[in-house]
Amino acid sequence: MPTGLDRKKIALTAVFLVLLFTQVAFAGVGGGIEAKETVDIVPLVKWTLVFLAGLGIVFGAGLAIAAKRFAVQIDPRVEKVKDVLAHAHCGACGYAGCEQYAEAVVNNPDVSPALCIPAGAKGAEAVALITGKKAEIKEPQFARIMCQGSTSKSRKKFKYEGVIDCRAAVLAGGGDKACAYGCLGYGTCTRVCPFDALHMGNEGLPVVDITKCTGCRKCEQACPKKVIEVLPASRMVLVTCHSRDKGGETKKSCDLGCIACGMCVKVCPFDAPAVQNNFSKIDVNKCKVCGLCVAKCPTKAIVDFIPSRSKAFVMDNCIGCQICTKVCPVDAPSGEQKKKHSIDQIKCIGCGICTAKCPVQAIDGTFNAQEVFAAAAAKKQKQTVAA
Amino acid sequence: MNSEFTKLFELIISASLINNFVFTRFLGLCIFFGVSKKMETAVGMSITFTAVMMISAALSWVVFSYLMVPLGITFLEIIVFIGIIAGLVQASDTIMRKVSPGLYYKLGIYLALISTNCIILAVPLVNAGEKYTFIQSIAFGLGSGLGFALALIIMASIREKLELADVPAAFKGLPMAFVITGLIALAFTGFSGLITL
Repeated sequence: MPTGLDRKKIALTAVFLVLLFTQVAFAGVGGGIEAKETVDIVPLVKWTLVFLAGLGIVFGAGLAIAAKRFAVQIDPRVEKVKDVLAHAHCGACGYAGCEQYAEAVVNNPDVSPALCIPAGAKGAEAVALITGKKAEIKEPQFARIMCQGSTSKSRKKFKYEGVIDCRAAVLAGGGDKACAYGCLGYGTCTRVCPFDALHMGNEGLPVVDITKCTGCRKCEQACPKKVIEVLPASRMVLVTCHSRDKGGETKKSCDLGCIACGMCVKVCPFDAPAVQNNFSKIDVNKCKVCGLCVAKCPTKAIVDFIPSRSKAFVMDNCIGCQICTKVCPVDAPSGEQKKKHSIDQIKCIGCGICTAKCPVQAIDGTFNAQEVFAAAAAKKQKQTVAA
Repeated sequence: MNSEFTKLFELIISASLINNFVFTRFLGLCIFFGVSKKMETAVGMSITFTAVMMISAALSWVVFSYLMVPLGITFLEIIVFIGIIAGLVQASDTIMRKVSPGLYYKLGIYLALISTNCIILAVPLVNAGEKYTFIQSIAFGLGSGLGFALALIIMASIREKLELADVPAAFKGLPMAFVITGLIALAFTGFSGLITL
C-alpha cells in the first residue's frame, strides 16, 4: 500500500515523464523574447527550474548570511515598552516618536519612565516595571485656554476674510481681535489635537474636554497667540488673560480681560498672584485653590475651574478652638470656645482654608477635604511608626 | 565617446522629464500620494528611491543579460525582477541597520514600502525591453529616480501650501491631490518636444 507521500511522488514523476517526451509547438512565451517556431519544452523547464532554484538559494543564503553577520541585538524590553506607550507619536516626551522614547528609556538609565504623558500614571508604572526603574507619580496635566474673549465679550479691529486657521489669520496684522493677546478662535488647536480633546464652543473659543486631554502640549505649541497653557490638573484657579496692554486698553477690547488692578494680590492669603507686564499671574506652586480672588476680581478675569464648590460643615469631633473663625476670609464660622462651631452656609465660599487649618480635621465638605484627611492620616501613621 | 555621453544625458533627461514615471506613465501613484504630504518624508523617500532604483537596475541587468538571455528564459523577467528587488531591499535593510543606524532611522521606513513598488519594477523591465547596456541601465535608473524625486518634491510643496487653502469639502484631501496631479501632468506634456530625434 503506497502512502500519501508515495502517491504524490508517483503522480509528479508521471507528469514529469509526460513533459519530458513532448515537444510543444508555439508555446506561448511572451515578454521580450521573439516568438519561435517551436520551443523545446524540456530544456526550457529544466533551465527554468534550475535558474529559479539557484536564484532562490543564492538570495536565501545571502539574506541568511546578512542576517547573521549584521545582526543587531534588540532588547526585548524595547518592544514591551512600546506596547504600553500611547502610540500617539505626539512628541510630548521630547523624542521623535514612541519607538525612540522606548529605546531611550530602556538603554539610558537617566531617562524617566514617566515621560509618556498620554499613557498617564498607569503607563508610567508599566514602563517602570519593565525597565526596573522607579516611576515618580506625575500629576495629570490639562490644557487651559487662557482667554475668555468670546465673540460677544470682545471686540474686533477688522473683518477677517481669509483661511480659517489661526496661523494664517495671525499673518494678517496679528489677527482680527482687538486684543493682540487673545484667542483668535479659528480652531487651529482643535485640529492639531491628536486626542480629539479640543472643540470649538459656540462663542468662538475652544473648549477643553478634560476627560480626553492628556497634556501632550501639541495645542500649546500650535497656538500662534500662546493662549493655551498646559498646567497641573489640581491648579483650578487661573487668571485666564495674557493681555499685556494697560488696563484701559484691555478694557476697551475685552470685557473679561485682566486690567492689572492688583485686587487678587491684596485678597490672596498665600501671596500666589503677582502683577507683572500689566497682567496678573497666579503662581501655581503657592496657590491653594481657595478661590477668594475669583470672587473679588472686578473683571471676572480669574476663572475657577472647579465646576461647583461644595460648602464646609463642622463635624462632631470639633474641639471648639476657634481657629477656623480666625482663618476664614469671609467670616462664615462662628461659635464659642470649647463648643462645637457652625459654619454659615450662605457666607461660605468653599475655599477650604478652614479644612486645612483645623487641628483635628473636624471640617468636611470642601473640595480639598479628602486630600487633607489623607495627609493627616499619613502623618499620624508615620508618627506611630516612629514611636 | 562624445556621442555616448550625449546618449546617456538624453536618457536621463528623457526618463526624468519627458517620460516622467509619475506624470506621463502614471506609475507609482500609491507612494506618490502616500508620502507627498510632508516635504521631509518626500525628500527621504526620494533619496531612498533613487538609490534602490539604481542598484536594482544594475543587479537586474547583470542577472538578465548573463543568466536569463543565454538560458533563453527571458519570459521569467517579471517574477525574477520582483525577487531580485525584494531580496535587495531586505538585504539593504538588514545591512543598513547594522552599519549606519542613523541612516536606518531616517530612511528605513521607506525601504519596506519600496520593495513592491511598480516604478522600481518598471525600470528593470524597460531596461530589458529596450536592451540597454549596463551603463545605460544605471543611467535610466538614475533618471527615473530623479524624475520621481522631482514629482514628489513638487507635489509635497504644493500640498503643504494646500493645507491652508479653502478647498471645497468634497475635494478635500486625495481628490484635490489627484486634480493637481492631472494639472502637473498636463504641464509635463510640454517637455515632450524637448529631444527631437
